[in-house]
Amino acid sequence: MASIGIVAALVGLLQLACLAGLVKHTVIIAPTEMAASLWQILRGGEFTHAILLTLTNIALSAVISIVAGFGLGVAIHSIQFLRRGIEPYLASYYAVPTFIFYPVFIVLFGVGSAPIIAITVLLAIVAMITATLNGLDRIPGVLNKTATVLRLSPARRALLVQLPAASPYLFAGARLSVAYSFIGVIASEFILSGDGLGYAIAYAYNNFDNRTMYGLMLLIIIVVTVVNASFDALDRRLQARLRR
Amino acid sequence: MILPDQTVAARLNGVTRLYGSGSSARLHALGPIDLDLRRGEFFSVVGPSGCGKSTLLDVLAGLNPPTDGSAEFEGRPVKGVPDGVGVVFQEDASFPWLTVEANVAFGLQQAGIDAAEVERRVAYAVGFMGLRDFRKAYPAQLSGGMRQRVCIARTLVLQPRLILLDEPFGALDQQTRLIMGDELLRLWRETNATVLLITHSLDEAAMLSDRVGVMSARPGLFIELIETGWPKDRDSRIVADPRFGELTGRIWEKLRVETMKHMQNQGMGGS
Repeated sequence: MASIGIVAALVGLLQLACLAGLVKHTVIIAPTEMAASLWQILRGGEFTHAILLTLTNIALSAVISIVAGFGLGVAIHSIQFLRRGIEPYLASYYAVPTFIFYPVFIVLFGVGSAPIIAITVLLAIVAMITATLNGLDRIPGVLNKTATVLRLSPARRALLVQLPAASPYLFAGARLSVAYSFIGVIASEFILSGDGLGYAIAYAYNNFDNRTMYGLMLLIIIVVTVVNASFDALDRRLQARLRR
Repeated sequence: MILPDQTVAARLNGVTRLYGSGSSARLHALGPIDLDLRRGEFFSVVGPSGCGKSTLLDVLAGLNPPTDGSAEFEGRPVKGVPDGVGVVFQEDASFPWLTVEANVAFGLQQAGIDAAEVERRVAYAVGFMGLRDFRKAYPAQLSGGMRQRVCIARTLVLQPRLILLDEPFGALDQQTRLIMGDELLRLWRETNATVLLITHSLDEAAMLSDRVGVMSARPGLFIELIETGWPKDRDSRIVADPRFGELTGRIWEKLRVETMKHMQNQGMGGS
């Protein structure tokens, strides 16, 4: 509640500053104007293709990162030799600006959504791999012993005991992967693409169309906030149930 | 003394357990131990910390093979966890993502028992352990003692013939331990199972057991097997019996020397 109050106060202050002429219209437009612009964007249909394209790319990137990241995490966890070799790279992975690989992906996949998804997966997958390793490391030994006593097969042990026991960590990894997917897709479109919401914002910016630019930015902020709040609610439920 | 097979639930023959590799680095944790667990008896093991009590239980449960010697359950060598053996651990082993009912039913469902039978056994075990009002609750909503009851109920529904308990009440307060002890005795009488209890508590061992095995400091060996002579329908009220004090005194007399040896080995002094 307090955080909503802080945001509401800041928006109110910005509104007053814009109305009083303390902030130039060419720099930031009033929040009410942003909202009006967003309404027009949603009703007009001009940006529907860009919105759907971006959201599809984000969803695909997130799903690929989560599924592949989980699979790779399980594989790395089960092969100690591989883990010893890879873990130092995982630890320093985010020091590498993954966007430098965009030309490589253009050559590999051509122009379009594929290189954007590829670069986003590159950005988001490591969070899921790391979370999977963490989750599997932290399964209480007594649960594994219990699975042995109950004579579960390796597949049932993995599915019915290890997976749910590691789920708080897996969920945190999935959440990070989704956040990185938003960042990766929109940033890629902004800098490197000719389509999507990121590109539309860059186009509006280059043409001094502040109204459209802020409307689109508001749309992204709302979508990200809704997604994040949903994850928060799910996380709270999960943590309340799974705490030991 | 070797007993006739029909009276023996489990047997340890010269069981020894060493840890580590390389001759100099090997830690002699246990044995050689010979023990016959009589069918239907309640047997407790007490001993100083690190004497191999839990290792002994792990060997019987098939969780940890002996380095030397052999373990048998109902005349068959223990290789992996035998059918008919249930284990309750000291740590909370309830599955936090399942309700009480689902936790208790878990082992039965995995064993392929039909749904009606699962429902019947779960309802009985949940009622028996006093969890009926909490059957839809998750472990996070329960106290430590209640979670341990869930784990006991999960073992009970599988109708094990040998129940191995590794300090199941270790994390509970004294009053709760006494009450849980009563429930355990009730469970034991009801099921006629053989029970092996690992405990640090001399009171618990003296109150619950038909026999108490006192172990030496590492490497753990049985230095005395004490018959308690309690009737089968006992409960925690026997702590007021003068013989209870004599019994705990006798166990402590044996254990004190071993505990001091353990402390000296650990460089903690003691006199």
